[in-house]
Amino acid sequence: MKPPPFDYAAPSELDEVVELLAEQGEDARLLAGGQSLVPMLALRLARPSFLIDLNRVSGVSGIALDGNLRIGAMARQAAILADPVVARELPVLAEAIRHIGHLQTRNRGTFGGSLCLSDPAAELPALALMLDAEFELRSRRGVRTVSAADFFTGPYSTAIEFDEVLVAANLPCVTPDTTMAIREISRRHGDFALVGAAVRLRVGADRRIADARLSWFGIAHQPIRSVVTEAALIGQAVDGLDCADVGAAAVAEIEARDDVHATAGYRSRAGARLVAAMFRDTLEGFVE
Amino acid sequence: MSSHPISFTLNGAATALEVEPRWTLLDVLRRQCGTTGVHAGCEHGVCGACTIIVDDVAVRACLMLAPQADGCEIRTVESVAEPDGTLHRVQRAMREEFSLQCGFCTPGVVMTLVQMDEAGADEDAVVEALTGHLCRCTGYQGMKRVARRLGQATGAEDRQDG
Repeated sequence: MKPPPFDYAAPSELDEVVELLAEQGEDARLLAGGQSLVPMLALRLARPSFLIDLNRVSGVSGIALDGNLRIGAMARQAAILADPVVARELPVLAEAIRHIGHLQTRNRGTFGGSLCLSDPAAELPALALMLDAEFELRSRRGVRTVSAADFFTGPYSTAIEFDEVLVAANLPCVTPDTTMAIREISRRHGDFALVGAAVRLRVGADRRIADARLSWFGIAHQPIRSVVTEAALIGQAVDGLDCADVGAAAVAEIEARDDVHATAGYRSRAGARLVAAMFRDTLEGFVE
Repeated sequence: MSSHPISFTLNGAATALEVEPRWTLLDVLRRQCGTTGVHAGCEHGVCGACTIIVDDVAVRACLMLAPQADGCEIRTVESVAEPDGTLHRVQRAMREEFSLQCGFCTPGVVMTLVQMDEAGADEDAVVEALTGHLCRCTGYQGMKRVARRLGQATGAEDRQDG
């Protein structure tokens, strides 16, 4: 339960981080909140030769409102949960974070760390996918923006190149005609989700669905959207929508995974009912 | 092997030492600093026995690398009671509500409760914070009674449900 030896640096500027990444190459690893990476080191599942600690880097933990909500990669989960701007502009983000670990891990755990680890059962990657988040990546080569659809490439893998660091993500704020929700099923609060979903619906003045997003976590090998169901929902009347059908259709698109925690069959059945319930509760706000 | 000089405040006292980056803060506190009230349980962030307060928030000591403590203000369970042994109200409440038995998880639980007490958290928030701790003998009912007491500004006795 002890990490193997590695070299360590804790730079205070982003410029130093990208220099170190370029110098150290693929054996270097970035350390954010450490709530997953440090156990992986202890279990020797990760064996980097060089650890670049982001905890002292200035200017990467802010939460700013500028049309969108810009969340710095090193914003602590606890800070986001307590932030009044998040509570007002994007309450679903706080809702997602409430499911992550416990007070003691949220005090250290970061927004960007969770996104970059991209655990298939984690809330924030699926939430970012549902929100069409934009990721700001920086390297010595410059800055580039990657959309959530292109960012998550597989279990524990993302589009980040070895010389890049996630600086922030831009998330859209909630609007009066939009409703969002995130829910999950786990054995105990704070455990990784067996299955979870994030939903966003925009409803027009004609009481029909104008736009829909539905992303999953826990169920498959990476965060994933039910794009066929999303497309089929557009134009449907809110009143009288068969939510059980929506849940069944959404889950039918996804190849559920089997593991020691739950079978694929369980994940599918539970996922269908979870999404059906989310649609029922979400649409309640629109039904007259 | 790289060695890093670090300094931090531990329970009010300035502390300086050399650490390897792969050492966890948990190991440094127990082995170098002698604060063995910080218990080593699972050592991967699940059980909560090593919970300490770093810069006023409760964190897992096993999930911080030693050099990350540089410049921090660290409090362990050793700092909670008065120097003359007078127990903190959190500790008093835990004793009176029978919320410990073998005591292994207790130092971590105390540190979480101290953070919640200092933050003026309500009962629900205290109970939720306690989910970050595993207790394998006493169970959680006593801790929940402590949460209720802390959640009430008066700390008045209310033991209607066991």
